[in-house]
Amino acid sequence: MNDDLIQYLLRLGDTALIQGQRLCEWCGNAPALEEELALMNVGLDLVGQARNWLEYAAELLNDGRTADDLAFGRDERSFRNLLLVEQPNGDYAVTMTKQFLYDAWHFDVLQQLCNSSDERIAGIAAKALKEVTYHLRRSGEWIQRLGDGTEESHARMLAAIEQVWRFTVELGAADETEQRLAAAGIAADHDKAANAWLAEVTQIFTLATLPVPSPANYFYLSGRKGLHTEHLGFILAEMQYLPRTYPNATW
Amino acid sequence: MQPGDLIASDQGARPGSASDIAEAWAVLAEVMDPEVPVVSVVDLGIVREVDWQQGHVHLVVTPTYSGCPATEVIEDDIRQALEQAGFATPNLERRLTPAWNTDLITAQGRERLRAYGIAPPVGSSSKRSLLGESTAICCPQCNSSNTELLSQFGSTACKALYRCRDCLEPFDYFKCI
Repeated sequence: MNDDLIQYLLRLGDTALIQGQRLCEWCGNAPALEEELALMNVGLDLVGQARNWLEYAAELLNDGRTADDLAFGRDERSFRNLLLVEQPNGDYAVTMTKQFLYDAWHFDVLQQLCNSSDERIAGIAAKALKEVTYHLRRSGEWIQRLGDGTEESHARMLAAIEQVWRFTVELGAADETEQRLAAAGIAADHDKAANAWLAEVTQIFTLATLPVPSPANYFYLSGRKGLHTEHLGFILAEMQYLPRTYPNATW
Repeated sequence: MQPGDLIASDQGARPGSASDIAEAWAVLAEVMDPEVPVVSVVDLGIVREVDWQQGHVHLVVTPTYSGCPATEVIEDDIRQALEQAGFATPNLERRLTPAWNTDLITAQGRERLRAYGIAPPVGSSSKRSLLGESTAICCPQCNSSNTELLSQFGSTACKALYRCRDCLEPFDYFKCI
């Protein structure tokens, strides 16, 4: 059960961390100052949440590694994040589509985790849920604004959905780790989360005059198993450069 | 570590009294938030408990946001202020549960925020006010309720950016969470 729990915490933590890191790539490049502030604040929330999950994972691992060691010292095969969040930012439509698809799933998972039988998980989730509520509201508004905006923004939204939808296959069907933990009342029921996710996506896409694609099919890679797309290695190269080059650097 | 270090480092241990706790609270009331230097950690409601444990003052502090970069700075400031006031080796405990929410900001804290130009949180931190349409936020400059949301995220994670349609001043709003 401990191994299951560590895997689960790494999935939650790594997904938040990589999404946060991706958002930080917009720093200095966002289309407007307000957008830049928003993207960085969402990223900051997620990196903070990642720290909470990874600190717990590090304690359970009990091999002397800290949350920082887990974030900056593992290679891509050891990362357990969803494939969706490691995809490149692309244009604003792709960035917001990725964010919304993640937020809608994240929101329901956290809502369930607030009732986890593991008090530590429930505490981290209760804190994170307050933040993710804002994330979801904001990304949902952007989807509507872009989808139901101009011909150009609508076309870009269609292209963005086409590009990232296939990775949503990972948001569905719980694997054995999640099933065992859910049965013990520790993890969220991920099949239930997938249904709630689809309902939210359908509602917002409908308001945004965007078609909801048919459910994503099998994808040959799996973030849960550490089998990533080529993009994760590049993110890690940038994110881990400093601590790997100058171990124990402080400022 | 040398023999004797443990004993030496615990030389500040002493029994605490009710007046020590009251004094600790008074010291904390002077520790200001590094980003909003007019409200104290007590005004913000992030100090949840103060008591005396194993000869030292013990505090439970709760972060406002998971990723709030001021968390460590605030904890250092608290530690330093207590040490300067004569509390040897204060013991700070960071606790997430129950999660901090804006209902914990005191009436004095709200007034200080307003005077500083930051609109204090409106309504309770229930989910309804988070997901529902935003209620009227009054301009901290002219008190007009004729305001508009510019961005749900402002200069820090805990604030949103608004503008007053009457006096045209942009202002920060301390979000309800």
